[in-house]
Amino acid sequence: MKFREKIYVLFTALTAVIVVGLLFFIIFNIVSNGIRVVTWEFISQPPREGMTKGGIFPALYGTLLRTLLMLIFVVPIGVFTAVYLNEYGAGRRFSRWIRLAINNLASIPSIVFGLFGLGFFVLFLRLGAGLLSAALTVGLLTLPLVVVSTEEALKAVPNSYREAGFALGATKWQVIRLIVLPQALPGILTGAILSVGRGMGEVAPLLFTGVAYYLPYLPASIFDQFMDLGYHIYIMTTQSFDVELTRPMQYGSTLVLLALTFSLNIIAILIRSRMRRRRLG
Amino acid sequence: MNNTKIKFSVKNLNIYYGNFLALKDITLDIPERSITAIIGPSGCGKSTFLRALNRMNELLPNVKTEGEVLLDGKNIYSPDVDLVSLRRRVGMVFQRPNPFPKSIFENVAFGLRIQGIKNREQIEEIVELSLRRAALWDEVKNKLHKSALELSGGQQQRLCIARVLAVQPEVILMDEPASALDPIATLRIEDLMRELREEYTIVIVTHNMQQAARVSDFTAFFLTDENRAGMLIEYGNTSEIFTMPKDPRTEGYITGRYG
Repeated sequence: MKFREKIYVLFTALTAVIVVGLLFFIIFNIVSNGIRVVTWEFISQPPREGMTKGGIFPALYGTLLRTLLMLIFVVPIGVFTAVYLNEYGAGRRFSRWIRLAINNLASIPSIVFGLFGLGFFVLFLRLGAGLLSAALTVGLLTLPLVVVSTEEALKAVPNSYREAGFALGATKWQVIRLIVLPQALPGILTGAILSVGRGMGEVAPLLFTGVAYYLPYLPASIFDQFMDLGYHIYIMTTQSFDVELTRPMQYGSTLVLLALTFSLNIIAILIRSRMRRRRLG
Repeated sequence: MNNTKIKFSVKNLNIYYGNFLALKDITLDIPERSITAIIGPSGCGKSTFLRALNRMNELLPNVKTEGEVLLDGKNIYSPDVDLVSLRRRVGMVFQRPNPFPKSIFENVAFGLRIQGIKNREQIEEIVELSLRRAALWDEVKNKLHKSALELSGGQQQRLCIARVLAVQPEVILMDEPASALDPIATLRIEDLMRELREEYTIVIVTHNMQQAARVSDFTAFFLTDENRAGMLIEYGNTSEIFTMPKDPRTEGYITGRYG
């Protein structure tokens, strides 16, 4: 190999190392500082003494609840949109417009979603600032993920299955419901999990739609305000009376949030690779 | 060919893909309870013709069909025809075996389930009967609930035939059903076709001239014209087509001069 070639190899390998190194540094930093804090008490207790003691239970509870609520809206809407795009409207101008809209939706800054949620869900639809408004707002943000991954999954279903179904006298909806969707299920699941992972960590869309600094009680209905893990980290680092005293709590909360989103991503990757193997096999 | 009842009567059929004329002015009658083979070189519109008989071409965008296809005297392209019931009467077996990624049992039961049949005993009965008729029962009776994808290619294709038989069609269209199979599996499919001829009208597209000569009663030879539009060159009893073709182009094809 020529000397110049070697330089290029070295250079590109170095940038790759930087990327991986950064990731490891972040993870190492958070894990090493947070691991001592994360105990059962930390997970299951509310914060005490100005968030310097106790745990994060209300924030964890709020995050999980708003994410679950988001799933209930996003998965059906996303899946049916993808079914329309891939099965009914393929090649039509209308579907090109929908696709354009979805791509643009994916590129909108999340704070804009927050403002939209405030204007539309909280004020216009009068849902108030609470779990429901927040879930819907974050849902808008993760919708493109579900649509795109469902569409990919639908595309991967061989056309020969559809043809066989039609040739047996199945209606279009029967073909979709009995053949295409069951085949696409792992892909749809992957999309749903990725959207959960993404939605869980978002803070900006919550700011005006129902997240609370501190609540002495858990939300009792979907219209109640809630605490949230990501937002909790933000306020502990910026709003508490002594940032240094809350530092261990910050690390602990970050570790929990990171563990949640990471494990969801890993599950999604596992499902996808299993799916790929099955398709080849 | 004169004494038997006509199942399909195709009249002046033209098929376009966009502006491209793929099939030009096809007129032919397909007799009931017989095997009609469609032969010809690649790209001559054989499959397009076959898929016109159960209106499968319409699954593709921009396909336009002109002319008439009469099934028992009724035009299947008239606006009041129900596609679902048409396709139940005219079943189809594809070039590559395409069982659903479900169990063997569920593959055969699929056509019954979509008709809303719920009676478990009735479904089991029809599944067994269909698998027997497709000469597959003995090989799969102990693993009905295993995935159909575990079967060999030849078994999968017979399963696809069983799946079609379960909906009790009148006609079975076969689009090169053995082209993806080994010679032994091919022979089994051919044996099966001969048996099925007693009760069904079979139309088969094939690349394989020996196969057409072995199994079919009638043969239609398609070829493309100078604009690449497929047209019917000659149609008649298989024995005549293969021993004394009237058209020199047919003779050229069956003696292997082109195609």
